[in-house]
Parts: sequence; C-alpha cells; structure tokens
Amino acid sequence: MADITTAEKSPAKLTKEVVRFEPRIIGFLCWWCSYAASDMAGTSRLKYPPNVSIIRVMCSSRVDPAFVMRAFAEGADGVLIAGCHLGECHYVSGNYKTAARISLLKKTLAQFGFEDDRIRLEWISAGEIRKFSKVITDMTEKVRNLGPLNWRENFEPK
Amino acid sequence: MEQPKEKLKLGVYWAASCGGCDISMLEIGEKILTVDSLADIVLWPCIADFKYKDVKAYPDKYIDVMFFNGAIRNSEAEEIAHLLREKSKILIAYGSCSYEGGIPALANFYSKQEIFDRAYHESQSTVNPDRIEPKTKHTENGYELYLPEFWETVRKLSDIVDVDYFIPGCPPAENTTWSAIEAIVSGQLPPVGSIIGAGNKSVCDECPRERKETKIKRFKRPHEYVAPDPEQCLLEQGIICLGPATRSGCEARCINSGMPCRGCYGPCADVYDQGAKMISAIGSVLESEDGEEIQRVIDEIMDPAGLFYRFSMSHSYLLRRRLVGAKEEMK
Repeated sequence: MADITTAEKSPAKLTKEVVRFEPRIIGFLCWWCSYAASDMAGTSRLKYPPNVSIIRVMCSSRVDPAFVMRAFAEGADGVLIAGCHLGECHYVSGNYKTAARISLLKKTLAQFGFEDDRIRLEWISAGEIRKFSKVITDMTEKVRNLGPLNWRENFEPK
Repeated sequence: MEQPKEKLKLGVYWAASCGGCDISMLEIGEKILTVDSLADIVLWPCIADFKYKDVKAYPDKYIDVMFFNGAIRNSEAEEIAHLLREKSKILIAYGSCSYEGGIPALANFYSKQEIFDRAYHESQSTVNPDRIEPKTKHTENGYELYLPEFWETVRKLSDIVDVDYFIPGCPPAENTTWSAIEAIVSGQLPPVGSIIGAGNKSVCDECPRERKETKIKRFKRPHEYVAPDPEQCLLEQGIICLGPATRSGCEARCINSGMPCRGCYGPCADVYDQGAKMISAIGSVLESEDGEEIQRVIDEIMDPAGLFYRFSMSHSYLLRRRLVGAKEEMK
C-alpha cells in the first residue's frame, strides 16, 4: 500500500505539530469506465485528495466481498468500488452482480459495526471526470470525519 | 484393517463445545469396536474421569492422536490447548468449533460485557439483585479460588497452537470421521495443515438437485419454506442455502432432507472467508437486471452476518463485531 500516512498513524512523525487524520481508502476501479475516468482526471489536471489507493480490476464484479473485508482487516479506513453505469457493463451484466453483492455486503458490515460511509459503490463512466473527483473528495472528507478504523485493535491483544 | 504393532494412544478433549462432537465419534457404529482394538484412550473427559494432573504427568508426545473439539473461549481452553500440543504427536481440530469457531463464535457479535449483562442480569430466569458476576479470583476462609478468564473474542484452535489436521462438520458426518480415522491408522496422511475426511469441492458438487436458471423473486425466511420442490436447487426457490460456499464431504444430507445447507463444513479449498464467498454467490444467482428489484430482494434478507458466518466467525477476516467506537450505534 502506498505510504500516505501522516502523524495519526506513524508515531515517528508525532514530534511535528498534530496534523489532521488522513484516511487510507482503497479504490477498486473497473478498467472500462471508472479507471478510464481516473486516468482522464489525471491528464485533465483535475484536483482530488491523494488518499485513495487505486486498484484496477477488469470489472467491478471482480471485486469479491472478501477483498473488501481483507482491506478493512489490514488497515483500510474506507473502500470505494466504482464501475460502469447499470446497463453499460462491458461484460453485459457484471455490474448488476456488483450492485447485489455490495448492497448485501453493506448490510453485513453494518452488523459488524461499520458506519455506512466507509464503503461506497459508485457508477462513474469514462467521461465523468468531475464526478470522479467529486466522489473521491466527498468520500475522503466523510471517512476523515469518521476517524481511523484500526480494525485489528478490536482483537489484538486478545 | 491391518493391526499396528503397538496400540495407538488416543485422546479426545472438549473446550467451548456442546458435546455433540464427542457423541458423533460413536456415530461410526460398530466400527467403534475396531477403533477400540487399535487404540487405547488416554484422555476423554466426556466419557471417563481424567484429571489435568494426569495429562501433565504424561511424557511429551505421549498421545499419538488427539482430537480437540470446541472453540477457545477462555484461558482454561488456551492452557489445555498448549498442554495437549506438547503431549500429542498429531493434534487434530475436530469439528467446526475448533476448526473455525462454530456456534460459540457467534458470540463475537457481542462484547464480553454484553454477554455478561444478558447471562447474569437481564435474562428472564435470572434473579441477581446483588449484581454478582464471575470473577477470576476469590478468597474464602483463607483459600484462594480461581476461575478461567472469559475472553472478549472466541478464537479457533489454530490461532492458539499449531494444528496438524482439521476435520470439519457440526458435527462431522460419520463418513468424514471414519475416513479420517482410516487415514490416521493406515499412516497415509496428507501434508500437515490439510483438511482430512472431507472433500475439496463445494456441497453443490454432491447435491442431487437441479439448477433450472430460474430468476429469484424473493428470499424466504425459515418459517416460510412450505414444501419446496424436491428436484430443484433450493437457492433458486428463494431459500438461502450455503451450499455454493461450503466444503463438500457431508453428502449434502441436510439438503436431501429438504433443509438448506447452513455451512458447517466451512469454506471450500483455498478460500479463507466463507461468508464473503456466500455474499458473492448470492450476487451471482439473482439473475436480475433491474437495480430496484435487486435492492428489494437484498433488503429482505434478514441477519445476513449471522446467516453467512453461522459457523465461521473465527475463520473470517473481520473476526468479530467492532468493539471501539461503534458501540453506541449498535444499540
């Protein structure tokens, strides 16, 4: 994972003045729409916070709920899944499966004590670069307000 | 079966378990006589009186095969797990609880204090005006009395000690138990860390029911299953069945009796988190291309976490409900 931590997470830097909490967000972006949008947002010099570590997947339906859970278990504060709009999936029906999975996953994670804003599903087409930047900015702020998740503190030590 | 030169020394121990695993050992029927002729029992608290001091007196690696059932819930189970690891050549996690947490690990959806509140104060049959709760140490007439410490989180056996083999099931079916015993006695054991006695595919692979690619309109709750079609896949009939995410080996016995699979054999080969795979499977079988309909069907699934992690809470990435921060929101 790219090192985007600041004082909140790395004790070595605590000697500096207290810096605001920078959340770590993992973004699973589909190759055909949302990743293309992130690419174009970059070439268009659009500004958005650097807190999202992007992982490119071929389709948003490739995102197994286990990936999301593992991301949280290993230190992510939020997870973003983005794909093509419903009806526009390159693989015809992939994003309908994503819609069902992420919706059920959100319900399951609520029972594990997760706030709803920590996991977000968005449909961003290749041209919607402003939406991409808006989603990232909005999600970063929301997760920043929720604070660090630090999942492992729940069971370590016993 | 060929007789080994010397009788095997066999042990069975229970930690946080219901005793069903001990009873399931007898499900192998008259074959128990073969086991008796091949092995001596050196520890089995369910059927005979053994003291911990007797076990401590055994030399290291004295027990040939140790069947450990039950999850690790308190400090006593942890201590005995370490002791039995020392005294055993082969340590086997027997049954869902020791392999993946099982039913006791559903307590991971609550905190220790919530469990104590319910058990010692709130339950309808409890009268406890002095609000007495168990303590780990108590002094009475100069004698010090101790109780094991109750943990916040239920763990599986392999979180505590190295485990050689795993036998899944709640309880393991008799063919699973027997094929594991055969493998042990014949010495033809797979690499350490393997699952023995069960299959490597999913329950769907053993299930005789047929998939007809029907669209699922809604999921039913258990009291709504009225005479499901005996030929068709239960999932397609709107009955949540964990078959797709569960290891084979039980010969789909629940499904053959008209009840859906609850997932007691744990995740399939090379999978860690069974519940996540089930969420994934539900997403795949819906076959709907209408966003609102998908949302409606998903909204009707009650208690997804308890359903998909019924036996595998200690074998999941998240392991328990969040303790810090989210407590107030849960109430």
